[in-house]
Amino acid sequence: MKSPVPKSSAESPRISRREGLQLLTGADLLGLGMIADRVRKKLHPEGSVSFIIDRNVNYTNVCINQCRFCAFYRSKGDREAYVLTKRRLFHKIRETIEQGGTQILMQGGLHPDLGLEYYLDLLRSIKKRFSIHIHALSPPEVTYIAKKAGLSVKDALHALQQAGLDSIPGGGAEILSDRVREIVSPRKISAEQWLKVMEEAHGIGMKTTATMMFGSVEGPEDIIEHLDVIRRLQERTGGFTAFIPWSFQPGNTELGEKSAEVRKRGGAARKASGLPIVRSSALLPATGVEYLRILSLSRIYLDNIPNIQASWVTQGLKMAQVALRFGANDFGSTMLEENVVAAAGVKFRVTVDDIMSAIEGAGFMPIQRDMYYNVIKKGSKGSRGQGR
Amino acid sequence: MSLKRIEKKVLAGKRLTQEEALLLFENDDIFTLGRLANHAAVMKNGSNAYYIRNHHINPTNLCINRCTFCAFSRSKGEKGAYELTIDEIINKLKKWEGSKKRHMPSTPSFSEVHIVGGLHPGWGFDYYLDMIRRIKKALPAVHIKAFTAVEIDHFSKISGLSLRETLIALKEAGLESMPGGGAEILGSRVRNKICPEKISGRRWLKVMEIAHGVGIRTNATMLYGHLETYRDRIDHLTKLRELQERTGGFQAFIPLAFHPMNTKIKKARYTSGIDDLTTIAVSRLFLDNFPHIKAYWVMLGEKVAQLALLFGADDLDGTIMEEKITRSAGALSGHAMTREQLINLIEKAGKVPVERDIFYNPVSP
Ligand code: SF4
Ligand code: SF4
Repeated sequence: MKSPVPKSSAESPRISRREGLQLLTGADLLGLGMIADRVRKKLHPEGSVSFIIDRNVNYTNVCINQCRFCAFYRSKGDREAYVLTKRRLFHKIRETIEQGGTQILMQGGLHPDLGLEYYLDLLRSIKKRFSIHIHALSPPEVTYIAKKAGLSVKDALHALQQAGLDSIPGGGAEILSDRVREIVSPRKISAEQWLKVMEEAHGIGMKTTATMMFGSVEGPEDIIEHLDVIRRLQERTGGFTAFIPWSFQPGNTELGEKSAEVRKRGGAARKASGLPIVRSSALLPATGVEYLRILSLSRIYLDNIPNIQASWVTQGLKMAQVALRFGANDFGSTMLEENVVAAAGVKFRVTVDDIMSAIEGAGFMPIQRDMYYNVIKKGSKGSRGQGR
Repeated sequence: MSLKRIEKKVLAGKRLTQEEALLLFENDDIFTLGRLANHAAVMKNGSNAYYIRNHHINPTNLCINRCTFCAFSRSKGEKGAYELTIDEIINKLKKWEGSKKRHMPSTPSFSEVHIVGGLHPGWGFDYYLDMIRRIKKALPAVHIKAFTAVEIDHFSKISGLSLRETLIALKEAGLESMPGGGAEILGSRVRNKICPEKISGRRWLKVMEIAHGVGIRTNATMLYGHLETYRDRIDHLTKLRELQERTGGFQAFIPLAFHPMNTKIKKARYTSGIDDLTTIAVSRLFLDNFPHIKAYWVMLGEKVAQLALLFGADDLDGTIMEEKITRSAGALSGHAMTREQLINLIEKAGKVPVERDIFYNPVSP
């Protein structure tokens, strides 16, 4: 059948940017999936799929950045603006532990009134009370905290680590191409800064994840750029545990239906770059086929990142199951709470049992893991279909 | 590698055996399976992926059958029970018709109305005939696809007419084709467990055969993901393939994933996305005498339905404005998709969107 798919990239050497671009724009999806599946099997031959029981706590929704795709932020003084009290936070952590959780994912907006001391105190007070992994503060937050404290990123990270920060989530990466960032999140840190925070974190022994939010206004070349800078940094540090591509959810956001202006600017930027336009002129959500294409390519391209997560929160459980055959080997977080995505009109109420049963239904053994991908608990191997 | 042998047969256009279908269900290489099914689909329909602008009407949810897995039906007097008068049905259709007329006055806003419902304890056959006649009169340009084999059997019982007479009467009233519902799993072992209340598999096939005989084209469905095995599915497909060989009256086959919510069947688990795609693909390959395989997005979710277009499906059904039956069983999608959304899904899958009418003739927009 059509398409220039190299025979096997599981054995063959690292693919180049040009090959990556060819695969992204030219390969047929099933061919791409087949290679990604082979790479996944080679890296994870045991046929298991992991997940982590954790809770996503958004400590504040006040944010000075006001990114266009974000349905979550409020201005200070807004009726819905909040900063979580310690009491509420501890309560949430207690509930998480009661439900078998081992980690909290803490992220928030860039609140103009919260300084380094606030965070240090918060981290210490959690660690004093609970034995739980703190996966918190994405690069935009770390950068903002450091800047306000007049510290280098490295010193700020060090202080946060001392206070109890265990690892950093890969949020805020969106597309690591400044051309795209100018359009979707002009006030957010640059691509270079995002990478710098991650490099410093890795340098002091912290593990992090990396994400990519596609389906806004990027072209295929931007996606390759993103994958490439991640792969290069990983080559130097080895600090990324996982890569998580997810699709932009138009909805209650400035980038969604409401923002014809952004769309126009996106179109103009793509035109100027001479790249084919992957998105249609209206900002429709990325389809399942596009998601799997990018997921597969990520698995193939990021040969030095051990784990690729399926984003069931944005794709739904059925698609996430399919994703397990298109390169993903991890279901990510059970999301005992998920505020950021829920605000854009995608709602899923999914339990740990649902996650395990979805993994089994796709023919894999579910494994509860920690942030370092150590096994906490094994489930039983599922059978794919109904063949009794 | 027996997949290789199957591949050869598919490329040569040869019919697959039951054993080969089983091998396809059990095989782990979903990529080759998908490519083969896509090949078979392209041989039949080129790169076309069809959709239709249609409306669903469920005239009543009162049903004397009350099947175990049915989350839609109610008994008389029960909360949520409803019954529509013919006037109400026509008003709904007229309202939909009117809502889009303003933008495109020359084309009707939908070309098909799909009517299925419960077996009402009180309505007579005349009521249904009247319903069809009056819809046809009110909206002459709209095609009517109505009543599953289960309802036809019921009409024949309440009217005292033979199946043939019943179907001819409906056809004369304006019914143009029939949906494929009520097939579930045709084999009696599973059927007796999941829907003993319903007509037998043999009776279902009989109704279809007679419908085809009087010139009514129909679809066929299969409800999978509950208690059946792969062999039960293949047996089901075989029965359909055999009947199609005799009549040629089936247009599309529609595998329907079982939705566990709100139903009385305990084994509550959604089918996996992988099983959904495999089932579409095996159906495409095995049912070589069916012109179309439909990925019904309301049931599968739009993402899996889109992907199904690369696993042998060539039809996404339509822009459906009212669909009570699956929603009460916790379907994964919202209940309406715009034409723009459908076209986008098809194009992003690399297929050519073709709007069709009830008989798969292209409709120029
Ligand atoms: S995405 Fe993050 S940085 Fe941007 S506005 Fe939302 S909370 Fe603030
Ligand atoms: S499935 Fe059909 S026949 Fe059975 S109870 Fe529901 S509406 Fe009635």
